Amino acid sequence: MPEILDQARTQVLENGVGLDEAGVLAVLNLPDEDVPAALQLAHEVRMRWCGPEVEVEGIVSLKTGGCPEDCHFCSQSGLFTSPVRSVWLDIPSLVEAAKQTAATGATEFCIVAAVRGPDARLMKQMREGVAAIKAEVDIQVAASLGMLSKEQVDELVEMGVHRYNHNLETCRSYFPNVVTTHSWEERWETLRMVRESGMEVCCGGILGLGETVEQRAEFAAQLAELDPHEVPLNFLNPRPGTPLGDRPVVEGKDALRAIAAFRLAMPRTILRYAGGREITLGDLGTRDGLLGGINAVIVGNYLTTLGRPATDDLALLDDLKMPVKALSATL
Amino acid sequence: MTELVEPTTTWCDRCGEDATAGAHPGCATARELEPPRFCARCRRRMKVQVLPVGWSAVCVEHGETRG
Repeated sequence: MPEILDQARTQVLENGVGLDEAGVLAVLNLPDEDVPAALQLAHEVRMRWCGPEVEVEGIVSLKTGGCPEDCHFCSQSGLFTSPVRSVWLDIPSLVEAAKQTAATGATEFCIVAAVRGPDARLMKQMREGVAAIKAEVDIQVAASLGMLSKEQVDELVEMGVHRYNHNLETCRSYFPNVVTTHSWEERWETLRMVRESGMEVCCGGILGLGETVEQRAEFAAQLAELDPHEVPLNFLNPRPGTPLGDRPVVEGKDALRAIAAFRLAMPRTILRYAGGREITLGDLGTRDGLLGGINAVIVGNYLTTLGRPATDDLALLDDLKMPVKALSATL
Repeated sequence: MTELVEPTTTWCDRCGEDATAGAHPGCATARELEPPRFCARCRRRMKVQVLPVGWSAVCVEHGETRG
């Protein structure tokens, strides 16, 4: 057993204290033959500190494309030659999307907009949309609308948005290589305000943006410092027309190392499979991740790309004897 | 009088390039996890809305496709 896993067994599994940056790096550098042991330990940590339930979520894009920011991985930036066109979702379709999500057994429905931050039109659409969903669908509503002002944070709380997603995307030292139109610190400031408001903080990122393994460890440590309620873990799905459109997909083994490492850094967080898992891990890898620290999934489609059918994921959870977290458990 | 008949599939609905000149195996594979982006009949970029279940794509000239 590698020394770092022995250390993690005592520190993380028994005492619930996450690994620091050096420890995460040691896990990320484990040889292939030790990855199964790391995943097994990460799974034990998840079961001990989070339990067997899996939180299921659906997401939808309320406003797609035409974003003024230059996040190099994103097909929705208006600054790149991506084929994604700008489109708004109307309220009836938004409610229908929430119903589709609830029908899978999901407890979370996240409304996402490709913006720097919301303007008055978007906030009005959110107000009407959240009210319409709450009137018709039994599901928790989350939002991801970019950077917020304090007034907008308060408004979202008033609407009944219970969790806010704002990804840091990558570590502080690599962020300027990925985004130049705003800073990592500006994102952090929004997260700080969200936490102060009482909304749950959802913050993760994307692996495979060109960051080094050391920077991956740095990112895990920075997320652990933030201590978000949920960490969505994406793997780059290179999008045509974006600056990162030609980057290779993360190797499956590296993705699994990262899952184990992030779980060992954050034993109590909701660690969610988000975009890119289909192309990075496939069906078998998806199963390995669920047995290696993951305890939440996005089911169905993503914002501009498609996921595998929700029924496939639900069947897998059933097969693994992992119950879907009930709505009553989230209230 | 000659009736104008529009070709049905001319363009790759993923990359927007000529679909008659040869197969687009990369695009075909990618399309398993992506909605179409270009109208296969006229190459216009479509307005695409992805939903948790399914998607819709609207070409201003040729209307809506759902999947």
